[in-house]
Amino acid sequence: MGDFHNPEADLDRFRFRSGFAAITVLLAFAILLGRFIWLQVIQHDFYQTRAEDNRIALIPIVPNRGVITDRNGTVLARNYSAFTLEITPSRVADLDAAIDELAAIIDIQPKDRKRFKRLMDEAKNFESIPIRTRLSDAEVAKFAAQRYRFPGIEVKARLFRQYPLGTVASHAIGYIGRITDRDLKWIEEAEQQAMFKGTDHIGKTGLEQHYEFELHGQTGYEEVEIDAGGHALRSLKRIPPVSGNNLALTLDAKLQEITEQAFGDRKGALVAIDPSNGGILALVSNPTYDPNLFVDGITPDNWKELNEHPSKPMVNRAINGAYPPGSTFKPFMALAALELGKRTANQTIYDPGFYTFGNHTFRDDKKGGHGSVDMYKSIVQSCDTYYYMLANDMGIDNISKFMAQLGLGQRTGIDIGKDESGESKGVLPSQEWKKQRFKKPEQQKWYAGETISIGIGQGYNAYTPIQLAQATATIANNGIMFRPHIVHHIIDTKTGQKRLIEPEPIRDLHLKPQNLEVIRRAMVGVNKEGTGARAFAGASYEAAGKTGTAQVYSLKGSQYKEGGIKKELRDHALFIAFAPADNPKIALAVLVENGGFGAQSAAPIARMVIDYYLLGKLPAGAAPEDSAAVEEEPEE
Amino acid sequence: MIDIAGTLRRGWQQLIAHIDFPLLFITLAIMLIGLTTVHSATFDGNQRIFSQAGNMGVAMTIMWFVSRLPPQKLMSFAIPLYVLGVILLVAVFLFGIKVNGAKRWLPLGFTRIQPSEIMKIAMPLMLAWYFQKYEAMLTLKHYAVAALLLLVPFALIAKQPDLGTALLVGAAGFYVIFFAGLPWKIIVGMVVAGASAAPFIWGMLHDYQKKRILTLIDPTTDPLGAGYHIIQATIAIGSGGAIGKGYLNGTQTHLEFIPEKHTDFIFAVFSEEWGLLGNIVLLVLYTMLIGRGLMIASAAPTMFTRLLAGSITLGFFTYAFINMGMVSGILPVVGVPLPFMSYGGTALVTLFLGVGILMSIHTHRMLVKK
Repeated sequence: MGDFHNPEADLDRFRFRSGFAAITVLLAFAILLGRFIWLQVIQHDFYQTRAEDNRIALIPIVPNRGVITDRNGTVLARNYSAFTLEITPSRVADLDAAIDELAAIIDIQPKDRKRFKRLMDEAKNFESIPIRTRLSDAEVAKFAAQRYRFPGIEVKARLFRQYPLGTVASHAIGYIGRITDRDLKWIEEAEQQAMFKGTDHIGKTGLEQHYEFELHGQTGYEEVEIDAGGHALRSLKRIPPVSGNNLALTLDAKLQEITEQAFGDRKGALVAIDPSNGGILALVSNPTYDPNLFVDGITPDNWKELNEHPSKPMVNRAINGAYPPGSTFKPFMALAALELGKRTANQTIYDPGFYTFGNHTFRDDKKGGHGSVDMYKSIVQSCDTYYYMLANDMGIDNISKFMAQLGLGQRTGIDIGKDESGESKGVLPSQEWKKQRFKKPEQQKWYAGETISIGIGQGYNAYTPIQLAQATATIANNGIMFRPHIVHHIIDTKTGQKRLIEPEPIRDLHLKPQNLEVIRRAMVGVNKEGTGARAFAGASYEAAGKTGTAQVYSLKGSQYKEGGIKKELRDHALFIAFAPADNPKIALAVLVENGGFGAQSAAPIARMVIDYYLLGKLPAGAAPEDSAAVEEEPEE
Repeated sequence: MIDIAGTLRRGWQQLIAHIDFPLLFITLAIMLIGLTTVHSATFDGNQRIFSQAGNMGVAMTIMWFVSRLPPQKLMSFAIPLYVLGVILLVAVFLFGIKVNGAKRWLPLGFTRIQPSEIMKIAMPLMLAWYFQKYEAMLTLKHYAVAALLLLVPFALIAKQPDLGTALLVGAAGFYVIFFAGLPWKIIVGMVVAGASAAPFIWGMLHDYQKKRILTLIDPTTDPLGAGYHIIQATIAIGSGGAIGKGYLNGTQTHLEFIPEKHTDFIFAVFSEEWGLLGNIVLLVLYTMLIGRGLMIASAAPTMFTRLLAGSITLGFFTYAFINMGMVSGILPVVGVPLPFMSYGGTALVTLFLGVGILMSIHTHRMLVKK
């Protein structure tokens, strides 16, 4: 570099350096060429052999999925082996022609072809894909005789999931289906990819999904030598799979079945809990569906029917339906009043048949009113005015704080679905809730008048049947609340050991025994001399209960007349109960959509369930609808 | 009367005025080999072929536009593009999203971009512009400033970490400095210093990078992990032999032993099926590409165009050498695609941007001189 700029010298230098670069490039490529000659000529034989040897494929062996049984050992989900006819597309030149030829000897429906096409789009290379599932023995024999005609097509024995009781408890058990992209993401997040090599089904809902990684089992492997075409030649080593763990439930399949029958064609839900540990005895959502339809891919027609049916059979009403609790809310309100010192049991109010707040009149269902009402009478006769006043005295935040303790408006954490997000929270109204719920400032404010109807379980209140059952069980269990769970224990198939799902107490509400006694006595009174008396007439045990009716259609001044309103607009019927009252073995909540009064359609179902559970009494068919029953005390 | 034929001819000539045919035919030949190899590697009903052909169309359209821009115009892009690139790299450092443990992507709401890709072009542009500006009075200070301009983006990319791209960007910048006349003494000094600093650099590497280098030395130590790629790729190449196993007959490829076989490891697929013969054809094509590029550089009229053309050309070499070296097991595995062969749109666009610049430099040289 000189002080003077010389373009010619610059150019010369550049050309020299270009030449240098060119030589470097040639040298570098010469090194590569040398490497190629080393690999491809000198070492060729070695690598040739390596490539020949390089034909050991690891073939995953899918484990048997765990079996699900109820508390008495009745099988709810199991596997059975069946033959499938499978095609490896990469080994078949003309797929359509091959399938046409196949159809001449084995029954292949258009839907089979459609499913095959769909599966092929999702599949990886070298995978065999079923064209027909569940071949009959005759079909297997027919194909075996002509096998030589169909290279790349073979009969395989595969395991299928089966739900022997069909529609019974389908909302609790759930079902399995083919793995989708979303499932793959879940598997990746759980870092279970290795376990799912070769697996093509996974739990989609219910217990099948919640306990997927228990039920799945450990995948085994077989080291197989394959030839250049990918055909297996011989097995070198086999690491057997370990079957998935079995689930034994707290659920009683017979009780479940009886309950489902009790609903008949009524829509609704029932959750029955063992109050001493949170074990679910029955979890019904009616109507239900047959999970067997999903196992080898549900047909579009069936899927459409299940999803578009007006009675929505796929919705799990027990955990996803949120309903106003109606008068079943009253025992909880009464308990709150006692615990917070807002009422004593003997304090009476006078009910003229209405309650006036500001310039708005809240009507009691009974014309002329109940007269002098204490706490016992308020529950037994379901007096609205008592609770209008009580709600006003307590204020919304006291109410919501106490109800939150009882688990209302919160997910219970039941072991259904992938995680908690599958369960609805419902609505526990409070000032804070309203602020979050609404956008406009004038809507965000809580008006004292809105508290009044909260007292009788109307207004913004909306809870799931499982929340109501849990709250009822908590009262039955003296204020100790358990997380509801369906699995009792898991049986490890490798060691045979039982792993108990420990009852999980969520909290102790530290309720005063004398307060609990007041509520218990009043709820027993409901079934003896109150709104539940007709349903529980002649019961050989003492059952505590409370009827409820949730408004679907708001009445504007007119009297509720059943005949005059379409069925979809009829009120929802509710009933909560536990029995025996002094030593509860079962607590439950029943909801019948558009069932009218709680006493009319919900209480008779509860009676049947408790009769069977405590006495082993088998009912005959659906529970009767007691058209003479009314929400209030029997007519004078 | 309208002279239709004449109009058409003039139109055609206008269209191809800035196309350099040697470059065009060489790249087309490599891409054709690439397409057929992608077909063999994926075998999924030509979906990837069409998609890659689409990428080629887009990339070559960009090439066409760039080739028509005079070099002065290219010069005016130098600073804005470089500054934008650095800002985006800092943004990646601060707000980037992690994919597979590396922060390389910048989310833009509707899409995400990889700013290090911009640097592959912005770096040589910027440095070539810088040396052009101080052409008349280059001192050691200018080389130091150039080194700084090089190191900032290099460090940001290496930090992501994306060693492959950092090396490519660093190389592109180094080539400019080299062609600008960096004294040999310094070059030799750097090589010596680099060799003696190797242990320290080793200490700064990430574990996975160390592992890649170690597995290169002895791939069998990790036959199912990092060594797997190298072992399977060398088996593919070696078993291909002198004339290959024949198109679509590669067992390594079709029994799924080769990883990333249509992208970074596409050379193993090609080499298995076409053998040494195919490799030599490919090497000759790359040599022709680089030769043509260096010719364009030597004929370029200004400092800026010379340096830019030289750097871009050696960039192609770097891509090809690192990729083939890594697939055949003499260089560690870094994420560098084989130029004009590997499947993927982003790399192709960057490459053809380079080809377009070379064409622009060559076809505008007479206009500049006068």
